[in-house]
Amino acid sequence: MSIVGTALRASLPVMFGYVPLGMAFGILFQDLGYPWYFATLMALFVFAGAAQFMAIGLLAAHAGLLEVAVSTLALNSRHIFFGLSLISRYSCRGVKKLYLIFGLTDETYSLITSTAVPPHGRENDYYLAITAFNQSYWVVGCTLGALLGRMIDFDTRGMEFALTALFLVLLIEQWNKVREPFPFLLAAICGVAALILFKEQMLLVSIALSVLLLILRRQLSESRT
Amino acid sequence: MSYLIGVILVMAAATFLTRVTPFMLLEKRADHPLLIFLGRYTPAAIMAILVIYSLGSVNLAVPPHGGPELIAALLTLSAHLLWRHALLSIFAGTAFYMYAVQSGLFL
Repeated sequence: MSIVGTALRASLPVMFGYVPLGMAFGILFQDLGYPWYFATLMALFVFAGAAQFMAIGLLAAHAGLLEVAVSTLALNSRHIFFGLSLISRYSCRGVKKLYLIFGLTDETYSLITSTAVPPHGRENDYYLAITAFNQSYWVVGCTLGALLGRMIDFDTRGMEFALTALFLVLLIEQWNKVREPFPFLLAAICGVAALILFKEQMLLVSIALSVLLLILRRQLSESRT
Repeated sequence: MSYLIGVILVMAAATFLTRVTPFMLLEKRADHPLLIFLGRYTPAAIMAILVIYSLGSVNLAVPPHGGPELIAALLTLSAHLLWRHALLSIFAGTAFYMYAVQSGLFL
């Protein structure tokens, strides 16, 4: 199969997650009274699920731009750790690389790090196709939701479980790749603790803590040898 | 309308900033052993965290006490361990979950 075909297949589960979630965003967005195409513009230029849902509340409250900037930075700062582990993978340059970095959502990161990359030495084309497919699902979802608003009759309740299922499947794929329990155990402990103690900032706290502990573990085993 | 455009621009810039920072700072050290180590183990940790996060909003205190999520997750996992066909595993779990929440199966 071609690289684009492989990427399309790998990204299909994200479609089942992004389209209904994007539609939910679009519906809430058009409730604010703005023209539908601003939802499309947001999906095109921001492309961040949780942050866009947060924006609904900020827009409704007419929050200041500084507050918008600080909240977005706080919510998305977990992405710093995604980049840390992709620096050697993203080897292309110029606009392609900027787009790969721009499109680095949770789901894009998960697919890129956990699915089998076509062995043609053209990994970056595969990453690009994954990123572009994922964004197109998001753009379609946000646009449909904002355009059709509450006219939508199709019951999509529960379809967002596709993303949970995707993460479960990719967890197994990661296990097959890594085959060492410590990163999983360490992350599970951090994740549950952060969920109980820092519900709102769960992702940032648990990812930052896990990366810190991973580094610590490496330093310890280095100093022993 | 200019307020909305301002919000979109600020959010776009802030989001991109969080994504581009590590590349800007560490690009030239791509082959540093620590970055290679993180490249190997971080995805595993993040996948475990994303699973916990996406199931973390389930309220166990009220009916159906996370039943649909538990069964859908087990369905997905066992399908994947058996056949290792990602789309099939995800479809099985999601289809069951949609049916369960829409029909009120566990209520």
